[in-house]
Amino acid sequence: MAREGQAAAGRALAGPAAAEAALAAWPAPKAGFTAAARAEAEARLRVAGLPGRRDEYWRFTDPAPLLTPEPAASAPLRVDRPIFEGFDKLRLVFVDGVFDAAASDDPALAGVEIARLAEAGAADIHWARGLYGVLEAAGQSPVARPFAALNTARAADGLLIRVSGVAPRPLHISYRQSDPGSEAMLHHCIRLEPGAEMTLIETGTAAARANLVMEVDLGEGARLHHIRPQGRAHGRRVISHLFARLGAAARLKSFTLSMNGAFTRNEAVIDIAGDHAVAHVAGATLGDGADGRFVHDDTVFVSHGAVGCESRQVFKKVLKNGATGVFQGKILVRPGAQKTDGYQISQALLLDEDSQFLAKPELEIYADDVKCSHGSTTGAIDETALFYLRSRGVTRAQAVSLLVLSFLADAIAEIEDAALAAEVVARLEDWLARREA
Amino acid sequence: MLKIKDLQVKLAEEDKVILKGLDLEVAAGAVHAIMGPNGSGKSTLSYVLAGRDGYQVTEGSATLDGADLLAMEPEERAAAGLFLAFQYPVEIPGVGNMTFLRTALNAQRKARGQAEVGAGDFLKLVRDKARALKIDAEMLKRPVNVGFSGGEKKRNEILQMAVLEPSMCILDETDSGLDVDAMRLVADGVNALRDAGRGFLVITHYQRLLDHIRPDVVHIMADGRIVKTGGPELALEVEKNGYTDILAEVA
Ligand SMILES: Nc1ncnc2c1ncn2[C@@H]1O[C@H](COP(=O)(O)OP(=O)(O)O)[C@@H](O)[C@H]1O
Ligand SMILES: [Mg+2]
Repeated sequence: MAREGQAAAGRALAGPAAAEAALAAWPAPKAGFTAAARAEAEARLRVAGLPGRRDEYWRFTDPAPLLTPEPAASAPLRVDRPIFEGFDKLRLVFVDGVFDAAASDDPALAGVEIARLAEAGAADIHWARGLYGVLEAAGQSPVARPFAALNTARAADGLLIRVSGVAPRPLHISYRQSDPGSEAMLHHCIRLEPGAEMTLIETGTAAARANLVMEVDLGEGARLHHIRPQGRAHGRRVISHLFARLGAAARLKSFTLSMNGAFTRNEAVIDIAGDHAVAHVAGATLGDGADGRFVHDDTVFVSHGAVGCESRQVFKKVLKNGATGVFQGKILVRPGAQKTDGYQISQALLLDEDSQFLAKPELEIYADDVKCSHGSTTGAIDETALFYLRSRGVTRAQAVSLLVLSFLADAIAEIEDAALAAEVVARLEDWLARREA
Repeated sequence: MLKIKDLQVKLAEEDKVILKGLDLEVAAGAVHAIMGPNGSGKSTLSYVLAGRDGYQVTEGSATLDGADLLAMEPEERAAAGLFLAFQYPVEIPGVGNMTFLRTALNAQRKARGQAEVGAGDFLKLVRDKARALKIDAEMLKRPVNVGFSGGEKKRNEILQMAVLEPSMCILDETDSGLDVDAMRLVADGVNALRDAGRGFLVITHYQRLLDHIRPDVVHIMADGRIVKTGGPELALEVEKNGYTDILAEVA
């Protein structure tokens, strides 16, 4: 999807001027039921402007790579066997940010209704009307998320998925990339009706630069298991937003694997609205600055607004050769959200002294009967463990790899399905093995 | 097999000398025991032989079958046949015991130019060795030493030794903290490995272990040196009278 940017290539604007430029660059899609949401998002964006590096919420991560008129070129790496290839799942393919029906499976899955935003978006009446841009709008407070507003205003494609039973197979959104200069903007709405269950897999780089929004609405007792390996390309720049709202006793488990990419900002905004709901958000990141720049930012906001709910944030980053990791995570416990069990851990393993980890963990609690904890650590390889492994004949490089996997284990444990977890571990092992030589 | 000559070692970061000229020779097929008060340098000796960082060898040599141990990386020493059962085995969360063992075995085999052992053969090999040590399948699946009792950790060390089949085995207080039954298992594990081509250096405080693993030679170590060497009767003497008499006699 080419953009008609007018500013000089490479120069990054910020603030309202950048917002205007972005709105001008992305054509407004023909809007039916999304019209009101798009107009409101556009207005919000005009007020907030796009962030610059002085914005408090972007203090650790310079958004410049998202603001240049053209994305820096990035080609996906050749992958002999795409992740999860052997798994039985329904695959829906986007190429450079545009749905590719020919490359996709027949979108027929019992209990699952699948539509394409580019087609259904023109209709005036649609179930997704109550969701499109709604969670995104709610997620703009207490801090603005202007790239998400831009996405709501301008995204032309994406999926509208409604699940009313237990999905018999995982749904797999595959983001392929063929053009090294492509830019993608996708917006998905996913609604799980009460009691519904689904595993959702997202894979691939999507484009040289991508702005991805997913709004997830979980009805009472619904369960969504979300796994997202973000694809292999050294130059990829991506900002993603996951907005989720959980009804009573709903369960969300979201796990993201990032092993490449020059720039990644993954925001998760979780609104726990129903009693006894459970939300886990986790991420495992391996970053090597030798592949080019590597900046990886997880920004998470979990809001507890109901009784007896559990939330867990587990984020682990392994960084080397000047890679930068960022974690901003907040647990907000609203008045009356008693018996909240909130947990947050963010940890970095620095494999050398050139890499850095910046963390800002926050707790804000307005209820008295809650259990909340957070922790953040930055450390190096444990020399005692390294020696123990080497004393058994394991080479230094292999021993480091084993200790990296050991470090990531708690994040990987957040993947519920053992087979999916094993596949993720295998990819981590491949990444490590490529760098052992 | 193992030849240590005038070994002098200090801490790398401090001016503290720990080994002050240590001589020791273990022949193939022989079992030597080292006894000595706390702080005499027994663990340091075992670490220096295995190649742990933090120590500086200022004098002397240590060879295994003629090869200069001190010039090798820890993993090269292992591949050359050296094994140290740690006094405090290390916990490695998130790495399965089996994965660890298989990685270690195949790394050693690769270093020696041997073919790797396939998953099926490896499983059978480990199960056979584990059974003798009463290590169950559950323990093999767990992360390395995580949540293991003291006895389980020590048995796990012996299992690693049994799987890796080193030619020179050093056991650093493998008996401490073990009850009688666990000690029996450990001793049986060691005895099962005894053969003409393999040497043992057993560091211990207690005669108990030596009742089960009958050593050929017993050394008394104090203040960074071997101060007395004798037969199994020396261990009995320590058991009866402690170190005071022996140390006074050699002072
Ligand atoms: N890494 C170290 N840092 C500081 N002191 C050490 C270190 N290693 C050994 N030592 C000291 O060296 C001496 C010998 O210790 P060690 O070899 O553990 O003796 P043993 O095993 O015989 O009890 C002790 O005084 C101990 O405190
Ligand atoms: Mg000791």
